[in-house]
Formats: sequence, structure tokens, C-alpha cells
Amino acid sequence: MNTPNDLLYAKSHEWLRLEKDGATVGITDHAQSALSDVVFVELPKTGRKVKAGEVVATVESVKAASDIYAPVAGEITAVNATLPNDPGMINREPYGQGWLFRIQPEQPNPTGLLSSSDYTATLTR
Amino acid sequence: MIPFAGWNLPVEYTGLLAEHKATRQAAGLFDISHMGQIRVRGCGALAALESLLANDPAKLRDGEGHYSFLTNEKGGVLDDLYVYRLGSEDFLLVVNASRHKEDLQTLVQGGHPNVKFIGEPGQSAGLALQGPKSEGILLRLVPEGTLLPAKNHLIQTKIQGMTAWVARTGYTGEDGFEIFTDTESGPKIWNAILEAGKKDGLLPCGLGSRDSLRLESGFPLHGQDLSPEITPLEAGLGFFVDLSRPRPFPGRAQLEKAKKDGVSRSSIGLVGQPNQPPPRHGYPVFLDGKQIGVVTSGVPSPTLGHGIALALVTTPAPVCGQDLEFEVRGRRIPAKVSPRRFLPKK
Repeated sequence: MNTPNDLLYAKSHEWLRLEKDGATVGITDHAQSALSDVVFVELPKTGRKVKAGEVVATVESVKAASDIYAPVAGEITAVNATLPNDPGMINREPYGQGWLFRIQPEQPNPTGLLSSSDYTATLTR
Repeated sequence: MIPFAGWNLPVEYTGLLAEHKATRQAAGLFDISHMGQIRVRGCGALAALESLLANDPAKLRDGEGHYSFLTNEKGGVLDDLYVYRLGSEDFLLVVNASRHKEDLQTLVQGGHPNVKFIGEPGQSAGLALQGPKSEGILLRLVPEGTLLPAKNHLIQTKIQGMTAWVARTGYTGEDGFEIFTDTESGPKIWNAILEAGKKDGLLPCGLGSRDSLRLESGFPLHGQDLSPEITPLEAGLGFFVDLSRPRPFPGRAQLEKAKKDGVSRSSIGLVGQPNQPPPRHGYPVFLDGKQIGVVTSGVPSPTLGHGIALALVTTPAPVCGQDLEFEVRGRRIPAKVSPRRFLPKK
């Protein structure tokens, strides 16, 4: 499984990329593989304020609907508008064009998230 | 792999959508060894089954099979199953893995001392070869000149030298075969079919595509669309309940009454729209803002590109084409009533 080193991870299989002006969130390669072919994505409204661990989106494959949790508290600033027409992008590029939403974190240094190696360890346990 | 009625079963091999598409367009191979195979033999076998099953096994000729139910005293479905007549006083029942042990109990209790019910979980192997290329693939593996069975019929033959019962039945809505054999031959036949079907685009298929394929064809799943609390008439499967024969079976009187007076619940098909969340098992269903029932099985249809579902609703049930809604995560999603077979019949 691909778990890039420059990202932070939630145990619930979301990734967070910290950037100068906020952060981007998606689901991990492991998550997309376990879900298999994604056929529907429900994204949050921009401007919504969320708590860490709150359900903010839903990703559905033929198999099941899976909740997506906010890895940090903050405000949703953008969503990936291409996903509703091409949800399979999540499977093809989970860390690239398949991102879900952008968030402005409340805290500059998020806590409770895992490094790439710690996240990988949770998968093999 | 997921645990399923005491078995570990693969949800997918290469990917659910690829497996679904392969079965619709070429061929798919399913390991159905978890399905219970119960052989019923001995003097009085037919009479015993006649007194237990909702469809009349006396209608079957040698080498013929049909869909049937084990019912309780209320007419509810203890299990749905396939009954094949192998010969005089010799039948094969193929039952759900989750009901296998209970079915054996029901059969033995309701049977006759001379009749043997043989087949515990894990004692047999089963494969389903499904899809338009199935016949061509299977013909390469059976002795030359073998006449494969017609729909709903079965033959005993050899597949690469190994003895098996081959039935032209399945759970996908495609042409195809179900192969019943011993546990030693099962894996060998599996490998032989995989190899023979490779150039046709055959894929091994898991539980995931088995479920999406069966639902597109409107086939019920026991535990969701059928249960001891749901009768075949409510599920829209009255065709497989034979009330014209003399012999009683459990729940017959209740089913006769329901047929005469009408049922209070009825299974309907429901179609969603593209780019809307798909209906799933357990979602409430609304007509004019009032809840009328619940989704029993739902899936985003890989073939149609929108959600499809079976729902059990109160009668009078809305008719085909009528608008209704189902609820997903607190939101009402528009849907329409549709025939329960979502794909055209093949």
C-alpha cells in the first residue's frame, strides 16, 4: 500500500496534507482499495465548521457506504467539484486528483494524527 | 475475505465491477461450496418433500429442477432453495449456507424414517459458471458429444474426468451452469474452468458481484428479501407456491387465505437516479411523505448506472412508474417504482 511520507493520517483512513494556506483531505490508498470501485461521493458544504472526528462526507462503492471523518477541527474551504462526475478518481489517484475537500484547521499544529509509518503499522496489526 | 455463515468467503478477486461486467458480457466463475447440498433418498423421499416444500416436487421429472421454499406454520420462508430430481425417490436440495443446519433439522423432523437426508456443511463443493460464454467454455471440458442440460435441468457428466452434476441454473440472470461435486474434485474443476475460460475473458467472482448481479435480476436474498417473517406471496414469488395439489405443507392454509384475501405487504422494485446516493438495505421508503416500508436489498447497479432496490411496502402498493422517496442519512432521495427484474430477461 502506498502511504506518502509527507502526509498525516487518521486511524479512520483519511489523509491530511498541511499547506501554507490550509490543508487538503482525502482517503488513503488502503481505504480506496478496501472500498473498491467508488460510485458516489457526498461532500460537505463549504463554510461548514467541523470538529475533529465529525462525519463530513460519505463515499459509496457498490459494496457499501463509508463515512469520512474530519481529521482536524476547522472550516471547510473547498470541495473537489470533479468527484460527483468522476468518483472513480478516488480509486485512481487517492492522493492526487481524488482529494475530497480542503479545510482551514483551527490549530496550526494538529494533534492525534499518525505519521506514514505509524499509519502503515495500524494496517498490518 | 469476510466471515459468512461459518465460512470465509472472498468479496472480490480482481474487483467487483470488473467481475460483474465479465459475468454480463463473457463469463464469471463463483465458488458456491458454502451453499448446502442435501441429498434426499429412499422410499418415500418424494412424499416427504411434498409435505415440506411450497412448490410441488411431484411436478419434476428426472433431471429437472425448480425453485421452492421451506415454510413455517405462518407461511413465512425458513429458506429458499433449489430442488433437483436426480431420479426416482432421489433428490438434491441446494440451500442457503446460513440455513443449512436448520434445514437439515426441519427435513429430518418432517421426513420419514426410511428417507435419508445426506449432506452436512463442508461435505461437498459447488461452482457456478455464469455468463453468455459459459456454454462454450464448459463444452471444452466435458466428453465430446455431451449434450448440456436445458434451462432448469441437470445431467451427471464428467468434467476433465471428474464426476459432477451439472445444472443449467444460477443466481445472476445470465445463461450458465451450477456444478455440484465432491470436495476433492471441486478445486480441480475450478482451476480447469479458469484456464479454459481465460481467452474468453472469464474472471473468478466473489460475493460482491454475486450480490449486485442477483439484485439486477430481481432475485431475492434470504435474510433480507425473504425471512421467516416474510411469505413468498408478500415477496412476489407466489408463482413458486403450488396451492393446486392435494397434499398439505407447513403454512399452506395461511398462504391460501392470503392468496384469497390479499397480502398486507408487498415487495416492489425501486429505481433511483444517476448521481444520487443509492438505496441500501434498511433505508425507509416514503410515499407522499408517509413511510410505507423499507428497502430490503439495494445497490448502485453497475449495469444501469443508478441505484436499484427491492422494498417491502404496505398494500395497496404504489404501481410501476409512480414516484416515491427513500431516506439516506436524513435526506429524502427521489425514486420510481419499477418491475422487480431491473434488467431485461434473457
